[in-house]
Amino acid sequence: MIWNKSAECMSADERTERQGIALRQVVARIYQTVPSYRAKMERTGLVPEDICSLDDLDKLPFTTKEDLREGYPFGLFAAPKRQIVRLHASSGTTGRATVVGYTAADIKLWSEVVARCLAGAGVGSDDVVQVAYGYGLFTGGLGLHYGAELLGSTVLPISGGNTKRQLQLMRDFGTTVLACTPSYALYLAEAMRELKIAREDLKLRVGIFGAEPWTEGMRREIEQQLGIVALDIYGLSEIIGPGVACECTKRAGLHIQDDHFVPEVIDAESGKQLAPGERGELVFTTVTKEGLPLIRYRTRDLTELERTPCKCGRTSTRMRKCLARSDDMLIIRGVNLFPSQIEAVLLEISDLAPHYLLVVEREHNLDKLSLLVEVDEQVFSDTIGQLESFTRRVRSALESALGLGIDVRLVEPRTIERSEGKAKRVLDKRKLA
Amino acid sequence: MIIKQLSVFLENRSGRLTEVTAALASQNINITAQSLADTSEFGVLRMVVSEPERARAVLLELGFSVSLTDVLCLTTPNAPGALHRALEILSNCGISIDYMYAFALREKAYVILRTSDIATSKAVLLEHQQVLLSTSDVYAF
Repeated sequence: MIWNKSAECMSADERTERQGIALRQVVARIYQTVPSYRAKMERTGLVPEDICSLDDLDKLPFTTKEDLREGYPFGLFAAPKRQIVRLHASSGTTGRATVVGYTAADIKLWSEVVARCLAGAGVGSDDVVQVAYGYGLFTGGLGLHYGAELLGSTVLPISGGNTKRQLQLMRDFGTTVLACTPSYALYLAEAMRELKIAREDLKLRVGIFGAEPWTEGMRREIEQQLGIVALDIYGLSEIIGPGVACECTKRAGLHIQDDHFVPEVIDAESGKQLAPGERGELVFTTVTKEGLPLIRYRTRDLTELERTPCKCGRTSTRMRKCLARSDDMLIIRGVNLFPSQIEAVLLEISDLAPHYLLVVEREHNLDKLSLLVEVDEQVFSDTIGQLESFTRRVRSALESALGLGIDVRLVEPRTIERSEGKAKRVLDKRKLA
Repeated sequence: MIIKQLSVFLENRSGRLTEVTAALASQNINITAQSLADTSEFGVLRMVVSEPERARAVLLELGFSVSLTDVLCLTTPNAPGALHRALEILSNCGISIDYMYAFALREKAYVILRTSDIATSKAVLLEHQQVLLSTSDVYAF
């Protein structure tokens, strides 16, 4: 089903024109209300009147995660605080979270785009949608929740974790749609076998998976193990959360809700726009959002665009599944993690950060992190108790800073590989690309 | 009487311990006492050697994490109650033992002790007529 035919199936010309009008309006509003972006425009000699249509988009300066961090917490908000009805936040690199704010209209918009995504995935009012994304500051849970409710589905807001209960309720309530991270879906499949819950006891038919990169191989595995159709949903809290783009049942790329989020793909080095089919960094301009509209926000996700209409009838721009990034950010169990965060934690514990290597593996379909720390003279002690207390301190500091359990292991000096004098900080053993 | 113990961090990998013993052997450094404390993931090798400073340099050069720690070497008669008497002295003074390793043969027993306060331990043990080996006794071979 197509949820909003007039928005999702309009002609290319109409789309471009509408995007151009909305762009003009949002640029004028940001210029008035967000001093830091206004300053950026002034530095390049731009005034809002220079932006007449979508063709002028590439004149505008980019917005980055650093801009959000510098404006922490509400510096980039374009609506007055009293109009903000919701805040979400994601973990940041140096202890500062990325904060996003929504007006009532933004929440409505968010529900609308998620409803479109779910409808495209074949979900409807007869479905029971089990939302196993985390609820809370993370946008995953509440984002899917509101969209599924708008669509008229029966929502089961179970949030993440508690695997046994997930499976019991999935069986007892007749869940037909599962929304969670793809790695958790595989984990559930494994738990099903352990708990001896038969596939026939479940009514599950569709999975809406996102918040972390996953491969076609993983898709095959999920579909085979759970006996469902597994579709990719994409989003990031800065833009709105989940629902920025999603696959339809034709699986020919993810449909971007581009009447709201105008996509570009650029060369990450030069910043130049690339043509459809060329791979580069994905950039979004939110043309209709009120609380935190962003101009040319650099996602750091690498993909390519497809502008021809899809077999499903939608004419929206599609993007290829994202598998890589242009920075060193890792996505672990849906949590964003930069290696520099690890370094910051180590520096809090000892004056000089010892050499370390973060090893990411996928064990039993769940991301597993271990941190190898070289025992230098500063860390070493002749008493086992002190060495163990060091690893305990690192582990608990990482856990509270990142919200992720990390296994900490001490290794001998100079055992971590260095290239050109610089230590390699991350070893990602997950096979994604 | 305060002895420098050489401690080495070792990952639990086969052959790693022999790399230490080989290096010391090739440098003609003698090992007088040795103990290996292990956890599930790593070990700490503790040794009394003939030339602690030089041994430290040799192992550092090979990339090991090493440290020198002050310990005492107590010698007691090889008889029931002898160790107990010595330990009681320390415990009565509120000194705790971090770790120790010991060996007895014929008339005598030798105990390497690492305590929470080495200087006080030394003083109170001597005060109570306990025998501590001198560095020259321990390092000689």
